[in-house]
Amino acid sequence: MTSLDLSLPKAGTVRRRGILSRSAANPAFLFGAILLGLIVIMAILAPLLAPYDPLAQDMLRRTVSPFWMADGNWAHALGTDGLGRDYLSRIIYGARISLLIGVFTVICSGIIGTVMGVLAGYFGGKVDLAINFLIMTRLTLPVVMVALAVVALFGGSLIVVVLVLGLLLWDRFAVVMRSAVMQIRNQEYIQAAQSMGYSTPKLLFRELLPNIFDRLAVIATFEMAHAILLEASLSFLGLGVQPPTPSWGLMVAEGRQYLLFDSWLILIPGAAICALVLAINMMGDGLRDAMAPETRN
Amino acid sequence: MLRYLMQRIGLALLVCVAVSLLAFTLLNASGDVAIAMAGEEATAAQIDAMREQMGLNRPLMVRYGEWLGNAIQGDFGNSLFFRQPVGELIADRLPKTLTLAFMSLAVMLLLSVPLGVVAALKPNSIIDRAALLIAVLGQAMPNFWFALVLIVIFSLTLGVMPPSGSATLKHYVLPAVALGYYSTPPMMRLIRQGMIEALSSDYIRTAKAKGIGTTKIIFKHALRNAVIPVVSLSAVQFGNMLGGSVVIEAVFGIHGLGFMAWESISRMDLPVVQAVLLIVAVFYIVIVLLADFINAWLDPRIRIQ
Repeated sequence: MTSLDLSLPKAGTVRRRGILSRSAANPAFLFGAILLGLIVIMAILAPLLAPYDPLAQDMLRRTVSPFWMADGNWAHALGTDGLGRDYLSRIIYGARISLLIGVFTVICSGIIGTVMGVLAGYFGGKVDLAINFLIMTRLTLPVVMVALAVVALFGGSLIVVVLVLGLLLWDRFAVVMRSAVMQIRNQEYIQAAQSMGYSTPKLLFRELLPNIFDRLAVIATFEMAHAILLEASLSFLGLGVQPPTPSWGLMVAEGRQYLLFDSWLILIPGAAICALVLAINMMGDGLRDAMAPETRN
Repeated sequence: MLRYLMQRIGLALLVCVAVSLLAFTLLNASGDVAIAMAGEEATAAQIDAMREQMGLNRPLMVRYGEWLGNAIQGDFGNSLFFRQPVGELIADRLPKTLTLAFMSLAVMLLLSVPLGVVAALKPNSIIDRAALLIAVLGQAMPNFWFALVLIVIFSLTLGVMPPSGSATLKHYVLPAVALGYYSTPPMMRLIRQGMIEALSSDYIRTAKAKGIGTTKIIFKHALRNAVIPVVSLSAVQFGNMLGGSVVIEAVFGIHGLGFMAWESISRMDLPVVQAVLLIVAVFYIVIVLLADFINAWLDPRIRIQ
């Protein structure tokens, strides 16, 4: 009895430490992790790092060029936008919006999708059929249009955007969790736990979930990137985070009218989105490769 | 085969009903169109009268039944803004979105098939690395931003492409590149993976042993087997393009279905939004269903299961 109790959780922890150290040996994963770390630090320390108030307008200093252009200067390293707001400060604060959206959307969609996937995979039969139907229905809905409509109906606050994305992006969690649980369900250690009289919830949370945690982490990274891109699109279309909040997608939209002469106004926030999504995706790729080396080729 | 067909069609119909129900309740459960329609200074009595006139005071399920019944017959009601039947509006806009989606699909296949095949023939070569870089970048760039960058380069700087509109096919080139590029990476990975698996399989080794030429092996034997998942993913991507074209249509000022949905959402023109959501969803279902059938026809293993 005791030896079995000890050996089960131990196996899980050893494997998880394994995947992280194996990922860390991957240069792409490391690069992504460092880049993401820098952006997270930037977001957390935004009040200390930002040289100006991101909302303070200065009508005398509008569309000042960034430092690398002939008429730029270091007082506004990334220039100012059409309302004279310091662009660097807005970019720094914008990281907060993207990260908040990414993290909370994934928490929301991850919980929904995991619960659905685990239920479908573990119980099979009618439960599986019903959940499959829900997944199919969700895949049929055009995400951007539905999200736009919901934001238009309920208002463009951060919470509404997180909730609507969370309620829309759970499908991949459900699909992957379902097949993962189906694979694991018939393995010996689950049968051992069953025969020891573990209750179903205890079995699911104590035995099953720790063993599919790796796969969960990989989808979480990709869905986080997905959510960040979607928030940017919604804000760009004016039905996401509302002005004057410095959201990177919104900044691209605001810079659009200066496309012809000051295209850096859209290039900078777009590059920021790229950097963040790239960092997260590279970490996800690294985790996936470490988890299943055979899928690399 | 017939049994398989019937099962799939029945399921597809059920999904259609579920989607329409979702779209209808979502758009009708919140916000009161009557208040918006009556204007800001309307009295409570005027709003009630408006509700009465629009039939909004009846239970949600009754209105849903009526709406769906009419929708099946092609009658989606009238647009609150355009004062025109929604069906006509959609018939007018749909071709533009379909053109964009088909061209985006073409861009995606033109990029992903050659890159995926070449990457699979020489894994870890420079071409493979370059293809990977293209994929990684494609997944990191927001497509509206990539679209604007394309406009800056090809329209404003080089002046070789029109920056907006949909008058000629040339107007669709930049939008199709912007929309198609975003769906390229998953397709490329799939083709690369499928080709690598196919190339290392027994029947390819047999073909080689029989002395069949490399080109013939790649195109006739390996690619043909790698193409089955490609059909499914193409269908899904095409369906996603129809719904996801909103952003690209907004950037390039293409007045297609997505653009109309965006405008109508901002104006709370619910009959239009409901209809567009339903049409896009039905398109998605039909395309995915067709892909399933094509695959069942290509691969007997799917049919028998």
